[in-house]
Amino acid sequence: MHNITRPTIAGLIASAAFSTLISAPAFAQQKVKIGFITTLSGPAGIIGEHMKNSVELALDHLGRKVGGLDTEVIYGDDQFKPDVGKQVSDEMVKRHQVNFVSGIIWSNVMLAVAPSVVQAGTFMIGTNAGPHELAGKLCNELFFTTSWQNDQTPEAMGKYMQDAGLNDVYIMAPNYAAGKDMLTGFKRYFKGRITDEVYTKMGQTDYQAELSQLRAKKPKAVFVFYPGGMGISFLRQYSEAGLRGQFPLYSVYTVDEISIPAVKHAALGQIETRYWSPDLKNPANEKYVSDFRKKYGKYPVFYGAQSYDGIMLIDSGVRAVKGNLADKKGLTAAFRKADFASTRGKFVYNTNHFPIQNFYLLKAVAGPSGQDPVMEIQKTVFSNHKDSYSKDCKMKW
Amino acid sequence: MNLVLFLEQTLNGLQLGVMLFLMAAGLTLVFGIMNLVNLAHGSLYMVGAYLATYFYQATGSFALGVLLGLSGTLVVGIVVELVALRTLYERDHLDQVLATFGLILFFNELIAILWGRSAIFATMPPELSGHVELIGGLRYPLYRLAIIVVGLAVACLLWYVVGRTRLGMLIRAGASNRTMVAALGVNIRLLYTVVFGFGAALAGLAGLMAGPIHVVQPGMGELVLIDVFVVIVIGGIGSIRGAFAAALIVGMVDTMGRAFLKPMLALVISPVAADTAGPALASMLIYLLMAAVLAVRPEGLFPSRGS
Repeated sequence: MHNITRPTIAGLIASAAFSTLISAPAFAQQKVKIGFITTLSGPAGIIGEHMKNSVELALDHLGRKVGGLDTEVIYGDDQFKPDVGKQVSDEMVKRHQVNFVSGIIWSNVMLAVAPSVVQAGTFMIGTNAGPHELAGKLCNELFFTTSWQNDQTPEAMGKYMQDAGLNDVYIMAPNYAAGKDMLTGFKRYFKGRITDEVYTKMGQTDYQAELSQLRAKKPKAVFVFYPGGMGISFLRQYSEAGLRGQFPLYSVYTVDEISIPAVKHAALGQIETRYWSPDLKNPANEKYVSDFRKKYGKYPVFYGAQSYDGIMLIDSGVRAVKGNLADKKGLTAAFRKADFASTRGKFVYNTNHFPIQNFYLLKAVAGPSGQDPVMEIQKTVFSNHKDSYSKDCKMKW
Repeated sequence: MNLVLFLEQTLNGLQLGVMLFLMAAGLTLVFGIMNLVNLAHGSLYMVGAYLATYFYQATGSFALGVLLGLSGTLVVGIVVELVALRTLYERDHLDQVLATFGLILFFNELIAILWGRSAIFATMPPELSGHVELIGGLRYPLYRLAIIVVGLAVACLLWYVVGRTRLGMLIRAGASNRTMVAALGVNIRLLYTVVFGFGAALAGLAGLMAGPIHVVQPGMGELVLIDVFVVIVIGGIGSIRGAFAAALIVGMVDTMGRAFLKPMLALVISPVAADTAGPALASMLIYLLMAAVLAVRPEGLFPSRGS
């Protein structure tokens, strides 16, 4: 299931007429093809919708021309399944012959897709999932990400909770690649006692059994990673079980601009760590957030900010090689410079093509005049934070 | 093992079980009587959740929301039966799977168009939030207790209707031999419509009760559907009694597995290995159970008599 965005017929005729009139540079007939894979159907479809909307906004800001070339973005739906993601990416690489595959929310999907894409000699520009394998031994000249390595965000929360002197923390995550990375990252910086480490089924909707176990263990605090709909269920049930007053809840990727409208006041006061927030002050972000709200009538979420950055990164690379998409070495060199205005402000690549970036402490505070709560940056936890796997990456540059 | 905790987990298992039963009852009847594989049963669960949430917020009354949500799902179920499913009874199962999968896509997109792809805000009524003190200092959420009560009440009602009334007799007869029922002059088409409508309403009931504690979003039905199929296969297709027993067994096994499998494994193997094996095994447990039941009793625990 995919849809293809094409320029209108009139636009095609006009541009054809235009290019015959003007003696165009050598590569002007070339078109940039981007295959953007995300989850567009099912319960996680809302994340994909945010990513797709942000890609469209980036294209609007670029006048629908990435790197100055005509652009075709082919959207693919991985249906939340690694095997489907792999099929869709194969189709994009082989049949559509895209220049860049981009997107991907889930780490298990990314691990199925990225190796085969780069093996086929095509660039993979990840805009969410950051499994540790790709940051370490599977790092590749053709793989870049505009998000983060999975461990980094929980590392920031681990540090914050360590500094706060907390002990006896109960930690929970879904049982898949990213869930394990998240808890590993947390434990790298949190050195206090862990009461228990619990993995739940991916896509689980009911946490009552786990919450009963949690209450019986009487921890001092709870740390969780529950992205998407899992987070909404978890937050609701945590409040419903009356645990909110008893055990303070800390989370990553659980309370965000997607889950807040569904849980409203249950999110109030919730603390997260993240590299980005809608209130982050820099010109690129202010433009992105205000135009996103104007176009789609709601707050953007980090999934979207990363996807916007992904298109901007591709744009910077294509410009640097002057539209010569066959120059893969040139593109890699250009991407490494990350010469674009990122929504997170300063953007520098580490040797493994994962960004070196700041991580902030965010809090859900009451929105203006009775609206839904909004995320607000409280302080910086890490400045220029590198992931822990770059040392396993053999790339030198 | 702490006794209060065990009791609490038993209640959790019971609560999950009755939710599964509400879904399974409709599905197993439709499968058993009409010989129709209905993958879109989860969509009716979703419709129930959306309608009840919408009407609760529009009217401000939870009771009205439940009433309108239930009757709305009943109507949607009947319309689906009349418009789409009628033509499928004589076709083979693969065609039915294909067509009802199409219905899933249709309903998910329809809901996304009407309410958007985001999960919508749903809340429980203030009267049902809070906790009740049970024996031994066990505090249990009132809402979950209400789900258990409603689920058991519906089970009793179904037992009465299916076992003691004329309609129930026709339903049982239809499950055993529908050609004979039709030959005896029963309007089998009408019977099908009624059964499907009530099956839909039961799914809607499960959905609207799940709304405030789970996520009300497009595609929410598919998340529970697989477990429900496991229930009806274990219980025996077409059997309400089987669905009830199997739902409670599956609910219990799943809950206990999630709660106690890891600590119990840690007693036998190393804690590190238990950390990995526990969650993996817990999520497989109900499928292992299904495989075991199928190996011993291929017809399920309580097969409906006849073909």
